[in-house]
Formats: sequence, C-alpha cells, structure tokens
Amino acid sequence: MARCVSPVARPRTRKRPLMPLTCTWPKQWASTAPMLVLTGCSDWQSALHPHGANARRILDLIWSFSAVATGTWLLVMLVLAAALLRRRLTETTHLPLEIDVRQERRFTRLVASAIALTVLVLVILTTMSFFAGKSIASLSGTETLTVRVTGHQWWWEVRYFGNEPSQAIVTANEIHIPVGDPVKVELDSLDVIHSFWVPSLAGKRDLIPGRPSELTLIADKPGTYRGQCAEFCGYQHAHMAITVVAESREAFDAWRSKQEAATPAPAGDEERRGQRAFLSTGCALCHTIRGTPAGGTLGPDLTHLASRRALAADTLAMTPGALAAWIADPQSMKPGAKMPRIALSADDLNAVVTYLGSLE
Amino acid sequence: MSGVAGTSAKHEQEVLKGVRDTGLDEARLRAFLAHAWRTPKGLYGWLVTVDHKLIGRRYIVTAFLFLILAGLSALAMRFQLARPEAGYIGPDLYNQLFTMHGTTMMFLFAVPVMEAFAIYLVPLMIGTRNVAFPRLNAFSYWVYLFGGLMIWIAFAFETGADAGWFSYVPLAGPEYGIGKRPDFWAQMVTYTEVSALAVAVEIIATVFKQRAPGMSLDRIPLYVWSVLVTAFVILFAMPAVMVSSTMLILDRLVGTKFFDPAAGGDALLWQHLFWFFGHPEVYIIFIPATGFVSAILPTFARRPVFGYLGIVLSLVAIGFLSFGLWVHHMFATGLPQLGESFFTASSMMIAIPSGIQIFCWIATIWGGRPSFATPMLFVLGFIFTFVIGGLTGVMVASVPLDLQVHDTYFVVAHFHYVLVGGAVFPLLGAVYYWFPKITGRMLSERLGRWNFWLVFLGFNLTFFPMHILGLQGMPRRVYTYPPASGWGEMNLFISLSSLVVFAGFALFFLNILLSLRNGRIAGDNPWQASTLEWATASPPPSYDFSRLPVVNHREPLWAEPDMLLVVEGLRVDAREVLAGTVADAVPQLRVPSADNSIWPLLSAIAVGGAFLGSIFTPWAVVWGAIPVSIGFICWFWPKGEPEDEE
Repeated sequence: MARCVSPVARPRTRKRPLMPLTCTWPKQWASTAPMLVLTGCSDWQSALHPHGANARRILDLIWSFSAVATGTWLLVMLVLAAALLRRRLTETTHLPLEIDVRQERRFTRLVASAIALTVLVLVILTTMSFFAGKSIASLSGTETLTVRVTGHQWWWEVRYFGNEPSQAIVTANEIHIPVGDPVKVELDSLDVIHSFWVPSLAGKRDLIPGRPSELTLIADKPGTYRGQCAEFCGYQHAHMAITVVAESREAFDAWRSKQEAATPAPAGDEERRGQRAFLSTGCALCHTIRGTPAGGTLGPDLTHLASRRALAADTLAMTPGALAAWIADPQSMKPGAKMPRIALSADDLNAVVTYLGSLE
Repeated sequence: MSGVAGTSAKHEQEVLKGVRDTGLDEARLRAFLAHAWRTPKGLYGWLVTVDHKLIGRRYIVTAFLFLILAGLSALAMRFQLARPEAGYIGPDLYNQLFTMHGTTMMFLFAVPVMEAFAIYLVPLMIGTRNVAFPRLNAFSYWVYLFGGLMIWIAFAFETGADAGWFSYVPLAGPEYGIGKRPDFWAQMVTYTEVSALAVAVEIIATVFKQRAPGMSLDRIPLYVWSVLVTAFVILFAMPAVMVSSTMLILDRLVGTKFFDPAAGGDALLWQHLFWFFGHPEVYIIFIPATGFVSAILPTFARRPVFGYLGIVLSLVAIGFLSFGLWVHHMFATGLPQLGESFFTASSMMIAIPSGIQIFCWIATIWGGRPSFATPMLFVLGFIFTFVIGGLTGVMVASVPLDLQVHDTYFVVAHFHYVLVGGAVFPLLGAVYYWFPKITGRMLSERLGRWNFWLVFLGFNLTFFPMHILGLQGMPRRVYTYPPASGWGEMNLFISLSSLVVFAGFALFFLNILLSLRNGRIAGDNPWQASTLEWATASPPPSYDFSRLPVVNHREPLWAEPDMLLVVEGLRVDAREVLAGTVADAVPQLRVPSADNSIWPLLSAIAVGGAFLGSIFTPWAVVWGAIPVSIGFICWFWPKGEPEDEE
C-alpha cells in the first residue's frame, strides 16, 4: 500500500531519529483493523496524523464517532439478520392480515426503546461535539503571532506584519510558524472562495471575498505540514497547496529576519543578465522583487523565491530544472494558471533561472 | 376494445349524451371509457396526450437516459483519477464533467425520476383515473425535457456548466464565470424547478381530493404519503433556488450586484439561498425512496408494515426538519458558537425519524415471512448501505469533525451512501417491483440477481474507501493529485470497482430491454400485493379502473382479495373523476378531467424559448412573454363544461 513518508523534516538544532512513522494506532480501535489495511500510512496531509492540538482534538472526535457509528451499524445489521433468518413455523395457510397482537405490542415496546436509545446516543454525541468545539475555540485570543493569508486563483499570498513597515514580509505558498505558539491566521480572498486547510494542524476555514475570517494554528512538533485549498475555485483548484513550516523560535526568527531583507544586487554576470531580462520582458508587471524596480502585485512576491520549498503552489519542486520548465511554459504544467508564457531566448531563460535561483 | 366497439361507442355517445356507468355491462362500459380516455394514435397522440401513465412512463425513461449520461461522466472522472497526475482529462473538461454529473444526477435524474413514479403510481394507488391537472402534468414533462436537453447540448458545444452543481459565486458570477456556462446552468435550474413545482401541485391536489371513497387519511398507502410530503417540501424549497438562480442570472446579464461584496452584495447570500433549497433537495429524493421501501417491504414480508402511524409521522417530521439544517453545508464559512450548536443538534435530530422508519421496517420483517425476490434484495441492500450513510451523516453534523472532512472524499462517500444507497437502491427495487404493472411483463429474476449483487458490491467497493481517502486529506473536485500523496493505490482500486457498478447497471438496462420483449406475462397482481394499483390490468387501461374502487381497509386487496366494492354513477362518455373530502375521502363531486391538448407542448416551447433567449438578452423576457401568453390563453380557453350541456 501507500509508501511511508516521513511526516516532518528534522529540526536542524536537535538530534532526532527520522520519524519512521510506524502506523501507531490506539489499541482500542482494534475493531477498525480492516480499515488499517486500506489506510496504509500516508501522512502527506492527513487528518489521521495530527501534529497540533486542534487536529488532535478533532481526531479524537472522529474516532469516538466512528466507534459509535460502527457499533450502531453492527447492531442494526445483527437485528436485521436475525429478523430475516429466524426460524418460523411452517404453516401453509398463513394470511398476510393475520397479525399476532402480542407480538405487535412487543414490537411497539422494542421500537420505542430503540428510539429512546437513539436519542440518548445523539445527545451524547452532540455534547461531545460541543465540548470539542469549545476547546478548539478557546485557543483563539491566545495567539502571539499573526499571519495574513490571501487566497488567489491559484496560489496563497502570505503576509507578516512587524512593528515597523520595514519588518513586513510578503511571501507565497509557505507559512513559517514557531513551534508550540498559537498563530492567528487571518484569511481573506480577493477573487473567488477558497478554503484554507492544513489537515494535520487544524480543520478548514473558508476564505470568502468581503468576509475576512480567521483560524488558529498550533504545531507541537517541528516539521513541514502540507495543506491544500478545499473549496472548489476553478481550473487549478487541484494545484493550490500551501506548506506550513513549524520550526524552533530561533530558526523562525532567523528565517524572518532573512525574509525582511531586500535582495542584494546581483552578484555575477549571469545573474545581472537574468535580472535585466526579468525587468524588461514583462515578468515585473506581475511580480515584486523588493530592492529592484519589479513591483507587480498580480503574482507571488519573488523576493526570496529560492528559499521556498516548492514552485507554483506546490505544483513543482524548487529545482533549477523545474523553475526553467515552469517559466518556459507554465500552461503545460498548470493549465489555466494566470501566468502567461513569455517568449525568452534560451540564454535569457537560463539567466532568469540563475537570477531567481540566487534570491535566497 | 376493437375498432368496432370504438365506433359503436362513438355512435352511442351521440345518442346517449351524459350516459352513466350505472347498470352498464362490463364490455360496453369499457368501450365507452376507452373512447372517452383515449390517446390518438401516432406522433400527434404522443404530443397531445395527458394520460398520467404515458407521461409518467416517458418521464421515467427520460430520467434514466440522463442517469446514463451522468453515469458516463462519472466513469470518465474515475478514468482520469485512476492514477496520480494522469493526463487524460484536463481541468477544463474535468470541471465540466463533475458539474454535469452532479447537476444531472440531482436536477435531471433523481428528482424527476421520483416525480415520474409518483405521476404514474399515485392515481392508480388511490383509485382515480388521472392526476388533478393533467395538462399541467404534460407541460411539466416538456419543460423538464427542454431544460435537460438544453444543458447537455450546451455541454456538447463546450459550454457545459463548470462551477459545480452548487455554482458558488463569485466563481459562477459575472467576473469569474466562463462564457455562458453558468447562465445555462442557472436557466436549467429554472426549467426543472418549474416542472418540479407543477408536479408538486398536481400531487397535492390529487392526493387530497381524488382518493377513492373510503380512503381516509389513515388508509393512504405509505408510498402516497411519502410523495405527498415530498410535494410539500418541493413547494417550499424550490422557490429558494429559483430566486437564487434568477439573482445569479440577473447579476450576470443585467449587472445587478446581489452577490458582489464590492458593491454591497454578499457572496455568502448565495450559499444560504442555495442550501435552503439544497438540503431539502436531498429529502425530496430520499423521502419517496422510503416510500418505495414501505410499499415493497410489506409485499415480500407478507404482512402489513409495522408502525404505519409512526412511519407517517416520521415522514412529516423529516419534511419539517429538512428545512432546519441547511447551514451544515456551510460550517467551514465560520459560524458563531451558538449557531454551530443549533445546526449540529438539528442535523443530528433528523436521525430520529429516519431511525424510526428503519426500526419499523425491521420489525415488519421480523413479524413477517420474508421472501427474496429482486425488489426485496434492493430493499435489504438499501438498509445495509443507507444506515452507513445516515451514521456518517451524524458524523458530519458535528462542526469540528466536519471541518476536517468537509469538501473531502469523506463527504463524497457519505452522500453517495445516502443518495445511491438511500434512493437509487430503492428506485431499482421499485423498477423491478412495478415493471410488471407498467409493461405487463416480468423482469428476469436471474439477471435481476446479478444486477443486484454487481451494483451492491461494486457500490460498496467504490465508495467505502473514499471515507478513508477523505480522512487522508484528499479534497473533492480535484482533477488530479500528486504521486507523493500516496492516494494512488486506493484511487486505482476505486476506479476499478466503479467498473463493477457500471457492469451492474449495464445488466439492469439489458434486463429491461430483453424483458420488454420476452418477459413472462405478469397478470394483474404478480406479487400478491395489497394496494389498489394491483387491482387493475397490467398495463392498466387508459382509464385506469373500469369502475372506481371503494376502500374499506388500509390493505384493500388483502382484506378483500376476491371482490372490491366499486362506485357507480360516473359519466362514461366524457372524462370524469370523483372528488372527495380531504380527511375522509367522502365523495363530494363528479369533476370533469381535462382532455388531450397540444397547448401544453406549445406553451412549454414558448416558455422554454423565453428562458433560453434570456441567457443571451434580457429582452427575451419581454418578447418571449407574447408567445407564452398566447400559449396559456389557448390552453385555458373555456370549452364549455360537459355539466352545462346536460
């Protein structure tokens, strides 16, 4: 079945075995064994492998509800099977309207008790759901950091606000958060409805134009957690992923101060040529690179492009080859994406790739 | 009813204007009735008929043709999803396919097919000769047909709707909707809603006023109760979606700003209006399906259903409750805590009346002597799968839980368990059960068993794993997924399993085609069932019953297996039905029933043209009103009541 994937990149600071992600399941769910076989242990972006308080609370709820549902279903099926297969007196003259009054009375009592039991179970489940919701809601208001995520067709704009304007950061498709700290994610959309969903950290929340909302994320282990747009948003809804990188406070601060810096002037000839091509062929109309005249806002900010893990909302890995392919023909990688194909000579293309690759 | 009898009836009719059935011998009675209720031969007859059986039959056939189209779209999607990053179908076509699949299944298959069975069966089950507004019935079919053809022809020209069957704005709005695609979707909704509302009105009037004498409220067959409740749900739910689709088309066509937040509109308003209809919609499909179960199960358990009153009250309760839980489709939009708790509780509450029905059916089986003909297999398959769907429904009613599984394959699994397990299985059972009545021939039991097991096993193998895929994080409505996701194997398994379902449905259609020609002759009552539709011939004559029955028992054919009491005194030289009191069905009036007419078709063409034109210009509403008015004026032109002539 599914390949076991390591759920988290190891933190650089601590020594820790690469998590082998053995499928560890609570013993009490042994009854769901057949499900396990199907489940494999894909931990790519799974609600079954929580790494934050919210997601963990919800997974508990999922298991409790599943257990009740499985039990109820088995009970109903058992009674149905008994009703179908029970031994009956073989009288040939049975007429459909000959009804045993005593049996009817017994049925009435049994059905009434079954209904009472149903009501009881529903009340218990509703109460459990209420308390889970309450405990998740109690996280909001305790946040120490705010990130604003804006949905676009089909990528995520990510903004951090500092005390001064120079501390503001704009990046894309990647959120860095300090481990263990609740982080407020403010959500908004400027085009259509999207939904922000990182299953291993929290449930989803829609980004509705004109109705800003928010969500609290908390990660209790360092790692990278994948998320994906969950509300259908057009052609490339399938390729609109976001990565949450949870790291130690020091690593986070280091990342943040690096992102605050504008890009230095290009170092070599190739980079300079690349920057010229970038600024002169139209790339700059949509993209910003702080420290250069490029100030477009339609596409992702590319100031520290090379520091990110993936390209085009996790459509491609961040490698020079993928970057070149993407710039050469975005429509074949992500049909319908808003980025047009720009005619560049092979040399210009290579130069642009080298230049962008230097924007760490 | 040979030609000779027909001519002599015509002759006699002139002589004996206003002749009643009292004292007429059976042969002459039938000749008179056949003449009065006849449908002309040939194409013209096909276009003008108002016979509820002919219209019901073509409604059913049309709905199943749309099922085939929607099923093939699903198959195409499974082909694309069988492996990660497959390149068979691009996002543009894929988005159209899943939108057309959902739209067709909901608007063009599930709701119409349930209405179709009601149109066919209700008059027969309550012992009358036609529905209350026969021409409205014909009109509703034509409007439905035009709406369905329109959206599929648009699809053939690469203008298939592609914003999902829910068409959320702004994606379907003026700025982001592609070309005319959302306009075709919005107008298709208008067509099918008009037809659904028309049927709802007919059903309510028919059931309330035209029941056989003696069929008091507590003797109405449960199936008829279920379609009555459904008709009321349609009446209150459908206007919400007609309003919202009209607002959408106004936003797109004439620049109103209902849904544009920048101009003071609200994108969320669409969702409230749509789901205020969209959730009851599920019950519009599901309630008649439970009616099928309540009709089929007692026949094969050989005893009356246990808890008649409880089931009726459950149906009514489901009808009411279905309006209180639309927000559970919108949990991820963010609600205040109190709202969350309210809609969680109301969503869970609907499990209670559904549970009551399940318990009563099981008690019926327990107290009866079940036999396992194909219709019964589908009913058992229904209980097996629907209970799973109901329980996962309880899961998604919880707000925190739903926030993880909403818009994932878990929900895809959940609602297919509810809609396929809960509605399509009983529907297939209903086809096996009433096919003999409709065609006069039995379906093959052998093919039926293969059909059942393939669909049942294939369905569960296809949809059960989707629960797990959803929990593993696979979102809905994605045309592909990366290999690294680890979802590949399970998707391949699902795609292969869907072929089994496909094979099952192929056998279903094969069985129908073969049995139409070669099926065993059924006779009036092949299953020894208890309700009135089995008291007449198979297929029933144009006038349904030569004499209208009188009902003294909830299970009339079991209580009086040899002879039913009948009504006398109806006119037989013109179309006439009997109207009675709402509660006790005490006969009050002889009411004329409308004759064949071409005007419902012409009016539907005029209305259809106006709807279609309004996709392109708002002036179509103005100019289109002229032919529409002409159509309606001619349709309702007074023809002189037969009573006045007497």
